[in-house]
Amino acid sequence: MDLLTWITFSPLLFIPVILLIPGDRKNAIRWTAVAGTIIPLALSVYLFGAFDRGMAGINDPESFQFVVMKAWIPSFHIQYYMGVDGLSVTMVLLTALLGFLCMFASFGIDKGLRGYFSMFLLLQVGMMGVFLSLDFFLFYLFWEIMLLPMYFLIGVWGGPRKVYAAIKFFLYTLFGSVLMLLCILALYFKGGHTFNMVQLMNSGVDGGTIGLFGSALDFGKVIFIGLFIGFAIKVPIFPFHTWLPDAHVEAPTPISVILAGILLKMGTYGILRISYPILPEASHWFAPALAVFALINIVYGALCAMAQKDLKKLIAYSSISHMGFVLLGMASGTEQGMNGAVLQMFNHGTITAMLFLLVGVLYDRAHHREIEGFGGLLSRMPIYGTITSLAFFAAIGLPGLSGFISEALVLIGGFKTFQTITILCSTGIVLGAAYMLWTFQRIFLGPLNEKYAALPEISGREIFTLAPLGVIVLILGFYPHPILGMMQTSMNYLVKVVWG
Amino acid sequence: MHGAFGATLIPEYDLLKWIVLLPLIGAAWNGFFGKKIQEKLGEKAIAFVAVGTVAASFVMALVSVLSLRGVEGGVVTDRVYTWFSVGDMRISVNFLLDHLSAVMILVVTGVGGLIHLYSVGYMHGDRGYYRYFAFLNLFTFAMLTLVTGDNLLLLFVGWEGVGLCSYLLIGFWFTDMDKAIAGMKAFITNRIGDLGFIVGVFALWWYFAGHGVHSVNFYAMAQSVHLLQGDTIFGVGLLTFVGIALFVGAAGKSAQIPLYVWLPDAMAGPTPVSALIHAATMVTAGVYMIARMNFLYTLAPAALGVVAVVGAATALFAATIGIAQTDIKKVLAYSTVSQLGYMVLGVGVGAYAAGIFHLMTHAFFKACLFLCSGSVIHAMGGEQDMRKMGGLRKHMPVTFATMFIATLAISGIPGLSGFFSKDEILWKAFSSDRGNIGLWIVGFLAAGITAFYMFRLIFMTFFGECRADEKTKHHLHESPKTMTIPLVILAALSIGGGWVGIPEALKGGNQFHHYLAPVVDPGNAHGKTLLDWDLSEELGARAHATTGEGKVAAEAHGEAPVHDAHGAAVSSHGAPSAHGGHSAATEYLLMILSVAVALGGIGLAHHFYMRRPELPERIRGGIRGLHRTVENKYFVDEIYGATVIGGLMKLSRFLGGFDNVVIDGFVNLTGWAARLVSRISGWFDNLFVDGLVNLMADATTELGDRVRRVQTGTIQSYVMAAFGGIIILIFLAWRF
Repeated sequence: MDLLTWITFSPLLFIPVILLIPGDRKNAIRWTAVAGTIIPLALSVYLFGAFDRGMAGINDPESFQFVVMKAWIPSFHIQYYMGVDGLSVTMVLLTALLGFLCMFASFGIDKGLRGYFSMFLLLQVGMMGVFLSLDFFLFYLFWEIMLLPMYFLIGVWGGPRKVYAAIKFFLYTLFGSVLMLLCILALYFKGGHTFNMVQLMNSGVDGGTIGLFGSALDFGKVIFIGLFIGFAIKVPIFPFHTWLPDAHVEAPTPISVILAGILLKMGTYGILRISYPILPEASHWFAPALAVFALINIVYGALCAMAQKDLKKLIAYSSISHMGFVLLGMASGTEQGMNGAVLQMFNHGTITAMLFLLVGVLYDRAHHREIEGFGGLLSRMPIYGTITSLAFFAAIGLPGLSGFISEALVLIGGFKTFQTITILCSTGIVLGAAYMLWTFQRIFLGPLNEKYAALPEISGREIFTLAPLGVIVLILGFYPHPILGMMQTSMNYLVKVVWG
Repeated sequence: MHGAFGATLIPEYDLLKWIVLLPLIGAAWNGFFGKKIQEKLGEKAIAFVAVGTVAASFVMALVSVLSLRGVEGGVVTDRVYTWFSVGDMRISVNFLLDHLSAVMILVVTGVGGLIHLYSVGYMHGDRGYYRYFAFLNLFTFAMLTLVTGDNLLLLFVGWEGVGLCSYLLIGFWFTDMDKAIAGMKAFITNRIGDLGFIVGVFALWWYFAGHGVHSVNFYAMAQSVHLLQGDTIFGVGLLTFVGIALFVGAAGKSAQIPLYVWLPDAMAGPTPVSALIHAATMVTAGVYMIARMNFLYTLAPAALGVVAVVGAATALFAATIGIAQTDIKKVLAYSTVSQLGYMVLGVGVGAYAAGIFHLMTHAFFKACLFLCSGSVIHAMGGEQDMRKMGGLRKHMPVTFATMFIATLAISGIPGLSGFFSKDEILWKAFSSDRGNIGLWIVGFLAAGITAFYMFRLIFMTFFGECRADEKTKHHLHESPKTMTIPLVILAALSIGGGWVGIPEALKGGNQFHHYLAPVVDPGNAHGKTLLDWDLSEELGARAHATTGEGKVAAEAHGEAPVHDAHGAAVSSHGAPSAHGGHSAATEYLLMILSVAVALGGIGLAHHFYMRRPELPERIRGGIRGLHRTVENKYFVDEIYGATVIGGLMKLSRFLGGFDNVVIDGFVNLTGWAARLVSRISGWFDNLFVDGLVNLMADATTELGDRVRRVQTGTIQSYVMAAFGGIIILIFLAWRF
């Protein structure tokens, strides 16, 4: 069988196994779920080694790798079409890694295990499929498949306001999906009845007009905006972001990790994979607006983060701010900016995963997340505090840690095209330092809050989920080539496709 | 002149990376295993690794610097690896040892090593002994990266790295909230400066790239900087913009107005940390950076003017605050800010060598002063208030003697190191064509004040009656050998460290200036300078592929008109003997005046604090308002708190509330609005806010309604909706 099919669907094989295990044999269920994520992880590691870094992909069907293409519903020209290029391969790695680690992070889940882990494995299939699909229909299918387990994972295993958060998440995303669906259909008809993305990229659909609201509008621009709103909800881009803090806060820790680490990337991935190469002219046209959205995300997200009292909500808003850097890089139209954007997607995935896992560690012990409610924890939990400071400084973009390189590339890239906006975006690094260090100070420094004098230190299992991420953050800070080198051919090519 | 040298690659020197890396290895060792080692083997095992790695670094640095003498042009490099590369951008981890970094690595590893040694005794018995030394080693690594990195981004790694270590060490005793907050303040204030710094780097990168130079390597930039002379950005000259942007970073790191506020608070850290990081090394990074970027500043007179004025103002402003402080470390802290002002003034009038010279001598005497104050505090059982000291010279003779020597040095007493370096700066502030009498007067006044507050410190601490309580008096003792030996060495350097730069006017030949000339004054250097190297390695593969951009740049530079423009700009403040028409007599006169003002300051301090100790109190009574203002550091912290920080917090809370309102509905909104309305008066605001409130209320009610409606449904309907989409899709696809 094909590599990419295995990477995507192998977790499905473990769902019936999990459902057959008696509900009280909790460890058996947990380890089966872990096993379900090992195959994609192992195959992704193989993919990492076997991937040819010299091939571009993007809109060139010849240079996609590990392609699977089979007729599926021939009467509608729907294909089972998957493949990787430099853009998707990094996201595949991230998805496999975080999926695996989050299974371990889920060992603390204690009710409805079979349902939880089945849903989680299904979610894993959906996410992987989104990053690997090259057929619009398949892409949309995975996109919707993902939604369902996510709804249940938040709505059933979440916090006190879980139902509200789950419904909100669901409605927002569904709204985006409907817009996306309309755009897909429009492209289908305009592009000569095909769902094949790569074919659409080469069919010149980015022209002509569309009749809307009684006037003839530029087809490319209309479709771009439609798709953009759909993707913007996922990123999330201001003002479509308000589902995120609620969903993050209410979701159980591993699900927050998946949400921030992977789901948010699907928004920017979608723009890069679909909007840019299919509608290059409209993308070019939209870039200044995207830069403004980037600025709003960075500054507004950071200022909102600073105002939060709930630690998890603060991290959620920091994600909005950090995803702003991805947008700035994408808008810049420079090689530095575009590579920086995708590297930032990867780095944010690892860093924010650490942050949410760390919040979870604290929440499991103290059963609350009020920043002001702690104090002096560093003297009680030095290892936990040290790992947290590593994650915080990575989020701040300290040189020597991975976040710095991607933010620096994005800002350098952005500066060429949007000087004023980029300077304003750079204030994000000051604000980031401010809210992160202030948070660290309130939780960890000062005299130990007597209420927590007996708080146990971080456990071996928890360290195990964090250590791989910490090591990646460190290594990529000194030597980003393993990831940066993978995407470069594709991203440099994409710059040429859109900006000529 | 430059055509005379064949352009060759800068020679490789593999030892260089180990000078930088050894302290990192020490940090990692003690960081990971230190806790266990401290428990099992005790403090000595920790100290052995920590002091050993820095000492080994020092020895290797010494060997390297000595062997530089045998290298034509005095430059070697160690190309380690490509950090990252994207498109035309390739940033390398390459270390560079030229005469400028030679001075810096000797100061960093030398003074740093002594302070490591001193810490062995000072930190004895601390539970976080291993943590302290891991941080201190990490700092040394970062500082060495800063001064040996061969490009701006690698410098920035060290730049932020030292900031991190500063944060970690200021807040070393983190259970004390004030100390923790001081660390945070230092980091964030530095970050504000860094914002300017990186904007400068971005601008440099793209404008150089526009001229086909894809590098921020220092030597490559030096050879190509003239290409940028005609460029503008935001309506100002690019070089001026970049010069000021980079200086914003320097103002953060080197504690200049308006970003100096973090440094006095940084004294919350252990005293050896104050000596190493907040006096001798890290805070001088800004001065080093400007000296390193001299080729740019020389072509950006407007930016250089800003640097000089800010430096002079800081020198005087901080000195006045120093008068009214009673905490011994706070006096030294403001003194450091003031002395950094001198260095910045020096580089700001284009006297880069003089700035670095003062950086070096200051490292000696200020490290000595801080370590002495640490010795005093140690003996006083942690007391830092000078009003509770006095008469200590009988109890701690070594500390007294060494601190007295260092005080003479900082006051500018002839023969000691501080005299030569400070005088060089004052003379250049007057005589160089970027200097003027105004800058000199400010520096001159600051010199007098410096002598005054330093001797005030000496008299209050070591002379007169001891004002401590009986228990402390009984406890008074001289510090152990590991602490006094560094004091003695530093005191010796405070005397002799300046003899390498005795000015021509005093028949010294100013060796120091000539040593640095190939880097900071190529127009007047003998032999090969930074403009004479083939940089195709540093400029990356593209240079090899085409005709070699490094060469192109170098050749372009060699063209007569361009080179003359650059050469003339450099040479004007160059040869120490020329001094643009000022005679040696003028130099003697100014020298005598500055010695006189120092002696005057000392005399005044003696009068106030020895002969008539009641006088300060009476004067204080007469100028209570002024005294209170100065004692409270002109309320600058309070002003920042009320404006910048307060404003930001308000904005943040406003936006956080705004965001919350959209989500959580009417209740939060009305609460927030009510508070806001109560604060803001005036009918317009009222109207505006009410309008907003109504709008929000409508929107929120509607959202609530919608959510309620959906909640009554079952999950099946959502699933239906999701898959309904797919069915519609298939249907439509089939129809068409």
